Amino acid sequence: MPLPSRFARLRAQALEISRRPAFREGAREGVPMAIGIAAWGLVAGVAMAKSGMGVALAIFMSVLVYAGSAQIAVLPLIASGAPMWVVWATTLCVSLRFVAFSFHYRPYFAHLPRRRRLALSFLMGDSNFALFIHRFPQFVAGDRHQDYFLGCALVTFGVWQLAIITGIVAGTGIPTSWGVGFAGTMALLALTCTQLRSASTWVAAVVAACAAVAAYALPMKLNIVVAIAAAVAFGVLANRARPDGAKVNK
Amino acid sequence: MSPLDIFLTSLGMAVITLLCRAFFMLPEQDLPMPQWLREGLRYAPIAALAAVVAPELVLTQGHLVDTWRDARIFGALAGLAFYAWKQSLFGTIVCGTGVMLALRFGAGW
Repeated sequence: MPLPSRFARLRAQALEISRRPAFREGAREGVPMAIGIAAWGLVAGVAMAKSGMGVALAIFMSVLVYAGSAQIAVLPLIASGAPMWVVWATTLCVSLRFVAFSFHYRPYFAHLPRRRRLALSFLMGDSNFALFIHRFPQFVAGDRHQDYFLGCALVTFGVWQLAIITGIVAGTGIPTSWGVGFAGTMALLALTCTQLRSASTWVAAVVAACAAVAAYALPMKLNIVVAIAAAVAFGVLANRARPDGAKVNK
Repeated sequence: MSPLDIFLTSLGMAVITLLCRAFFMLPEQDLPMPQWLREGLRYAPIAALAAVVAPELVLTQGHLVDTWRDARIFGALAGLAFYAWKQSLFGTIVCGTGVMLALRFGAGW
């Protein structure tokens, strides 16, 4: 097929998807998070500008990696000339939560072609995960999971990239001491709240929070791994302790 | 690091984050997984979120805050209270950040 007509077809397809009600719903529910994502992206962009890696490389990394907390975590390592494997190991520790997200997403998307699953995976983030699971706690065949995911994820992607590139280009012109980044932390706090479904999720959150603070001195952001492991261990034990009839099996 | 090193580092980071995101999405068959791990993994997402947020609120330069007059903690409490009241994401962000800024610039904390 000649290139122009392929573009025309893609454009028509994109237009059609963007008119679907579930896509609109996802986009609408992604919008309230935009203020937190924009603030956080701006702070991440300024941090990248200050690291001295240059505008082009900073934008390259932001578009390709698209993982704010990993990017912020590796900046001091890159600035101090740490070995590449340390940077990668840190990235892995910060990104392990995505493995858990993908585990929860699988039932909703397993029927799609593999390339589509890979594309959806790239768009995975904290914000759209929390909103998605809040909206679809259980897989129900026939629900418009993919449209909702795309609506929410594309809004997040657009806002994030716009904010981080603004931060990279404006650089030190934006004072971070104003506490802009706190809006990003509040956004994550709000997302955490959406996941508090039961008493045991409360305990898991508290266990993880304490573990992450207590293990903060560990290198390569291993404190996040420790926190997840502690909460998963708690979850296993809590389920064991329940009487047989009340066990959680999904 | 040289620009080439940063370029290669970024490529590696992109591959690592994408593989993490796609870990359970890519296989055609469900990966074999013991039931106990399935149960435990239900708590992994909320644990990860809490683990990222908590140090941001109570640590300064890697040390636990040693004063109760910390604007971040009261900002977070205000945000939590707002969520408990209205379940609004936008409101939680605005309320928490607003209280933090008011305490920092109004009360000088």
